[in-house]
Amino acid sequence: MSALLLRDLRLAMRHPADSLAAVMFFVLVAALFPFGVGPAPEALARLAPGALLASGLLAALLPLDRLFGADAEDGSLDQLLVSGVHPAAIAFVKAVAHWVTTGVPLVVATPVVSAMLNLPVEAWGVAMLAVGLATAVLSLLGTAGAALTLGARRGGVLLPLLVLPLAIPAVIFGAAAIEAAAGGLPAAPYLLFLGAGLCLALPLAPLAAGAALSQH
Amino acid sequence: MTSAPPRGGGLHRFANPGRFLRTTGKVMPWLWGATVLVLGIGLAWGLAFSPPDWQQGETVRIMYVHVPMAWLAMGGYTGLVIASLMSLIWRHPLADLAAREMSPVGAAATALCLATGSLWGKPMWGTWWVWDARLTSVLILFFLWLGHAALVRAFDDPERGARAGAILALVGAVNVPIIKFSVDWWNTLHQPASVTRLAAPGLHVDILYPLLTCALGFTLLFTALILARTRSAVMERRIRGLELASARRHEAARA
Repeated sequence: MSALLLRDLRLAMRHPADSLAAVMFFVLVAALFPFGVGPAPEALARLAPGALLASGLLAALLPLDRLFGADAEDGSLDQLLVSGVHPAAIAFVKAVAHWVTTGVPLVVATPVVSAMLNLPVEAWGVAMLAVGLATAVLSLLGTAGAALTLGARRGGVLLPLLVLPLAIPAVIFGAAAIEAAAGGLPAAPYLLFLGAGLCLALPLAPLAAGAALSQH
Repeated sequence: MTSAPPRGGGLHRFANPGRFLRTTGKVMPWLWGATVLVLGIGLAWGLAFSPPDWQQGETVRIMYVHVPMAWLAMGGYTGLVIASLMSLIWRHPLADLAAREMSPVGAAATALCLATGSLWGKPMWGTWWVWDARLTSVLILFFLWLGHAALVRAFDDPERGARAGAILALVGAVNVPIIKFSVDWWNTLHQPASVTRLAAPGLHVDILYPLLTCALGFTLLFTALILARTRSAVMERRIRGLELASARRHEAARA
């Protein structure tokens, strides 16, 4: 499992463009909001929590439809499946690799986007935590979605259709946490709810993804 | 067909597509008749003869469509989960077909539930839509139905589509208890359960009885639609099998 994780991370390191593209997408989508609602600072700050979460999750969705694609095409996925590693473990490693290569860069980019959206500085830390937790949830759900749509026609369109509705709770609690922090209120309850969602997805999503992979 | 039922109990013999076609073929006319009768009585009773509400006036009649649709959206999804379990555990091809044919009907019921709720919300709450827990979770249910319908049909191999759809249906099952208890967990604009209270229903019998008749009628309609769709799917699959077999015979004759 650790070998698989290292392999995936090394592959991602050799093609840093994919992670960079996700970050660029994040920044660009967030930059659209000031154009849409006007550059008034208080309106932007009001909008910032939701905009951060929504654009972050959309950016994390981008690399998902190729999560298993390359491995399925060159046959290494089949080799992994017959190697005796449980399919759910393969899915879990894939989710972790996706979060490290996509979620972590997005967390790093969060302060930049927060500044663009005029979020109060006190809330930046909570914003990074919330984006980190929400992208982790999305990585897990997205792995299940990617495993389900592997080999489907129009898989790239189907994937967001399946994953985004399930990710709504992550947006609600993530945005609520940032909003509470920006208003000087404790953000911990919302972050704990987000963590609870992550704990729920942590065992269930790899199981679903593994079941879908072994049907492949 | 005289083949012995497979091991594992009596109900499994209904998984035989041939037996399914014969049994439902006998039941269908009666089912359609009962649907027309009960739904006709229920709708006429509810929409024309039941008294208007003392507070809501005539708009209360929206309930006779809204509440059965909401029950069907959730009950239908539970049925989808059961069919998915059966297809994953016992690999019944009939369960695959039933699940595949269930999702468009379920999506339509959920859409009607949302639409009538919206029409009812405008005069009562003063807004078409609020992002409260009940409405949001039903909207997610609608997306799940649509996602299931799209995913099942997205593969060239129908077998693989059925498996993927079954897994998705099980994942989405988390949402059903959330919908049911959303009105109790969060204090929302949507009223809490008023019909299925054990102590005393919150509705007067003049409204309750037509509502229950409508619910029964729409449930019969839902069942009849799904059975008819599944029957046609079984026949479609048979025709395709026959066509493939005859093509293969031609191929063999030419060679």
